[in-house]
Amino acid sequence: MTSPCGPDAPERGAVSCCGTSPIRLESRTLGRLAAPWTDGVQSTAVGEVPRARTRLRFRDRLGTLMVRSGFGRSRYRVPPGLYAVGSPTGDSPVLLSADYKLSFDHLRRALGGRNVWILVLDTHGINVWCAAGKGTFGTAEIVRRVRACGLSRVVQHHKIVSPQLGAPGIAAHEVRQATGFHVVYGPVRAADLPAFLDARMVANPEMRQVRFRLRDRLLLVPVEVTQNVRYLVPVAAVLLLLGGLSSHGFSFAGLATTGATSAALVVASYITVLVLGPALLPWLPGRAFSVKGAVLGLALVGALVAWGLPGPGLFGSWLHLAAWLVLAPAITSFTLMNFTGSSTFTSLSGVLREMRFAVPAQISAGALGLVLWLTGLFVQGRPVR
Amino acid sequence: MRYLESVVTLSLDAARCNGCGLCVAVCPHAVFQMEQKRAVLADRGACMECGACAKNCEPGAIFVRAGVGCAAGVLAGLAAGTGPTCGCSQEATPSC
Repeated sequence: MTSPCGPDAPERGAVSCCGTSPIRLESRTLGRLAAPWTDGVQSTAVGEVPRARTRLRFRDRLGTLMVRSGFGRSRYRVPPGLYAVGSPTGDSPVLLSADYKLSFDHLRRALGGRNVWILVLDTHGINVWCAAGKGTFGTAEIVRRVRACGLSRVVQHHKIVSPQLGAPGIAAHEVRQATGFHVVYGPVRAADLPAFLDARMVANPEMRQVRFRLRDRLLLVPVEVTQNVRYLVPVAAVLLLLGGLSSHGFSFAGLATTGATSAALVVASYITVLVLGPALLPWLPGRAFSVKGAVLGLALVGALVAWGLPGPGLFGSWLHLAAWLVLAPAITSFTLMNFTGSSTFTSLSGVLREMRFAVPAQISAGALGLVLWLTGLFVQGRPVR
Repeated sequence: MRYLESVVTLSLDAARCNGCGLCVAVCPHAVFQMEQKRAVLADRGACMECGACAKNCEPGAIFVRAGVGCAAGVLAGLAAGTGPTCGCSQEATPSC
């Protein structure tokens, strides 16, 4: 027997149907990265549902590596609907997840040896917290999915466990009124789920706090690098080409010296802020990320000067040194300011406040730096040292 | 780690609180505490305005202007002529 929840169910669209064929959608959306992350089916009162593996395989890890590097994130999805883990019964807990495969993988990996249900919501491939912020991981989708899957016929109890970070999208009382199911907020991290379930669904304060530890921050570095290539490459390319200009016209010698070193400084600025920004975040002075970023840019130029690098190759003239003293902080300030969205503790009000002074300052510094740098190409300034 | 604290928009109307404790449960930064069966703001400055508490407060005792503290989202919203929009769903935006 098959059902809207079964693996052979026809694809009728995400809204009307509880789920779609995992294998088919997986192969369609993931292409050659397709991983068979289910093993068999579980019979239920509403038909057969796929059983999710709790051990990640090589392809799952490869997929994690890809999305952690910033590639294919928007297509990294599992089909929404009901899944079994182990051999769940009508008394087994129901856990909510997003259809971002990384979210789903975190969850199933934490459930080895357990018998539970997973209800995957349609969040358009977005993780739980971000989707909750948008409301796609939220009340309306839970109500729709619970009804579409006939959850009340699958389990006898009336509890569904949501990740705590799903709460910004969920009004628990509205879900209860619409479906009769009580939303219980589980821990922030899926890894704490076994302890949470064993403690009769009580989370301790440690489970309830979002962290942003060194490891968490460094995990974001590859994505940040991938995202910033679109700024880095054009800026470096423009300085490289313009570096060939001088009062004598264009020369490849100028491009190879001033142009190349300027492009290298742009790259150095980005590497500094993209790696050291997240790594040193708690210790950088200031609370505004734009300030922390500017400090890194100044420190970079300062370190190069202290290292004795200024010379015909690098800064060339006092004008260019002056230019980099504002250009590098402009780059690093803007870039770390954009890291607010990746952090776990910045408020919208705080971001708006810091942008009010930071964005004009960044634009001014960038413009001033560019003027100084261009002037330095044509005016033979006194060489540094 | 702490962010800019004075601008946080969170407020709690203690008179409306029914003591359910959901705000304590959903807050990822331990902003709330229960004292004598009522919620109190224990660490208002740690609020990141995610809105989970207000959304789950049945009696409506909590106000916060919920949003995502994402500068790239604010810029994207300005460019698109809309409000702050976290562009997480698109490939080419930061991972907020």
